[in-house]
Amino acid sequence: MAGGGTAGGGPRTDTYAPVRLWLLLPAWVSLTILVLAPVSMMLVYSFLTKEFRGGVIWEFSLSAYDQFFCNRGLFGDEPCSIEWTYLLIFWRSIWQAGAATLLSLAIGFPTAYFIATRPARQRALWVFLITIPYWVNLLIRTVSMKFLLRDQGPLNDALLGLGILSEPLSIVNTNLAVQLGLFYSYLPFMVLPIYAAVERYNFSLSEAAADLYAPRWVILRRIVIPAVKPGIVAGCILVFVPSLGSFLAPDLLGGAKTFMIGSLIEEQFKGNAGNWPFGAAASMILLTMVLILLLIFARQQARAGNG
Amino acid sequence: MAARSYNLRVYPGFRAVTLLCLFVLYAPLVVVTIYSFNASQSITNWEGVSLRWYADVFTGPESEKFKLAARNSFVIALIAASVATTIATLAATAIIRGGRFRLRTWSFGLISLPLMVPEIVTAVATLIFFNAIGFDRGLLTILLAHIAFCIPFAYLPISARMQGIEASYEQAAQDLYATRRQAFTRVLLPLMMPGIISGFILAFIVSLDDFIITNFVKGAGVETLPTAIFGAVKQGIKPNIMAISTMLLGVSVVMVALSWLISRRDNTK
Repeated sequence: MAGGGTAGGGPRTDTYAPVRLWLLLPAWVSLTILVLAPVSMMLVYSFLTKEFRGGVIWEFSLSAYDQFFCNRGLFGDEPCSIEWTYLLIFWRSIWQAGAATLLSLAIGFPTAYFIATRPARQRALWVFLITIPYWVNLLIRTVSMKFLLRDQGPLNDALLGLGILSEPLSIVNTNLAVQLGLFYSYLPFMVLPIYAAVERYNFSLSEAAADLYAPRWVILRRIVIPAVKPGIVAGCILVFVPSLGSFLAPDLLGGAKTFMIGSLIEEQFKGNAGNWPFGAAASMILLTMVLILLLIFARQQARAGNG
Repeated sequence: MAARSYNLRVYPGFRAVTLLCLFVLYAPLVVVTIYSFNASQSITNWEGVSLRWYADVFTGPESEKFKLAARNSFVIALIAASVATTIATLAATAIIRGGRFRLRTWSFGLISLPLMVPEIVTAVATLIFFNAIGFDRGLLTILLAHIAFCIPFAYLPISARMQGIEASYEQAAQDLYATRRQAFTRVLLPLMMPGIISGFILAFIVSLDDFIITNFVKGAGVETLPTAIFGAVKQGIKPNIMAISTMLLGVSVVMVALSWLISRRDNTK
């Protein structure tokens, strides 16, 4: 992601030009076999017939996509009307990921701005403090969040002890818990790109606006935020995309009412009860959504880079 | 110019939000660390400081399961990070010191691909692929899947480092009749070491941490630490899980701190 589509800047030299294809060979072979081929195979599987004990029968079928989009009544013989079950799960995932993104932006923007305006020597340390939690196991972070938010957990204990609450808040198993979990999982992704953008921002623009009697919050809204918008968009994408397909936060912090895409997909491959072509189709739909988002993002960044 | 009574760069409240942000990021981890030293059988009551749950992890009834899972995790992380770092170093040399060529942008795109595809999709695709080619699921499938997603994490610090090294070092070596291979192994690689070590450490942590992909491609009965922890947490959060989590947390924090310190060292001066 760093450096956008430009491979992180131009080449430094051409010292190794004669052997460059050999040097790239291991990367191409391993990633072709382990990423490109599997994704292609997943596309193929989404058009196959399901085998009842898990797996597939090699027979072309549209039934996975039909099951996703079409409601054909109790006996499966009616004409197609829109099937809401899965669209609703996708919609809920978009909504949850969106809420987590907004929450991250609300906390992440002031944080990134604050860090970027520290003296140069302090910045690296602040950035380091923000990134450490990201490197801690996501599972452990999610479990920690659950432990903290439990009905008899430390958060409720503290709020009750301080007399702020008279009875414990039930947060676990609600949408809020999942949103907090997603927010907590990906918050550093919001801070870092905004920080990078604010660090490059030319503060003489703020000076000029202030000299023309613009109040400071107007300067923030009309000068600073438009100037660092590529960083804000990057942060939102980096939080929204992984939240959309996340599995751990909805699974551990949510309940039946917070079912998201990740859990829907996971169920199709668990044990013998699943439907592999349907799981593959749902994954393809998720992947398509994400790639469209990234494409819009790449074009927007390219335009910002040229403008 | 009118004198302003305030600093333009400073917005009131932003410092408070930053402190809140750090508090939110660290509070759950600190709380779990504290409770891992709880003497109580229950996770709700505090009954004083004790190491009993750490002892339980190593000698308790579930210790064999966790030790095996930990060994699997560390062996896989070590091999996956080594292979991914090697692949990433070679690729970075081609992309950053191989001149301009048509495959350059494509190669960079391919290397970043595991970062763009949602993890659950990679997990499903990898499972389907191994199933389609009739590859039995087990430690080897986990290892292969880990190598793939470790490559971009190893690549980023390595390429950042390589961008920062002047071309003149290798050119000087070649002017003094060093072959291309000697310029690479004797000049570029030593200068690259901080980047390579930091790439290796990041790849190692990412492999050690992975749950979703591992959960899909592991065979029945094969566990890594995260899948074993997940299985245990499904039965409820127990104190011994908090002890394991705290230890794993410690490993991650120490390694990231190490990576940060090493990548800041500049050996080109």
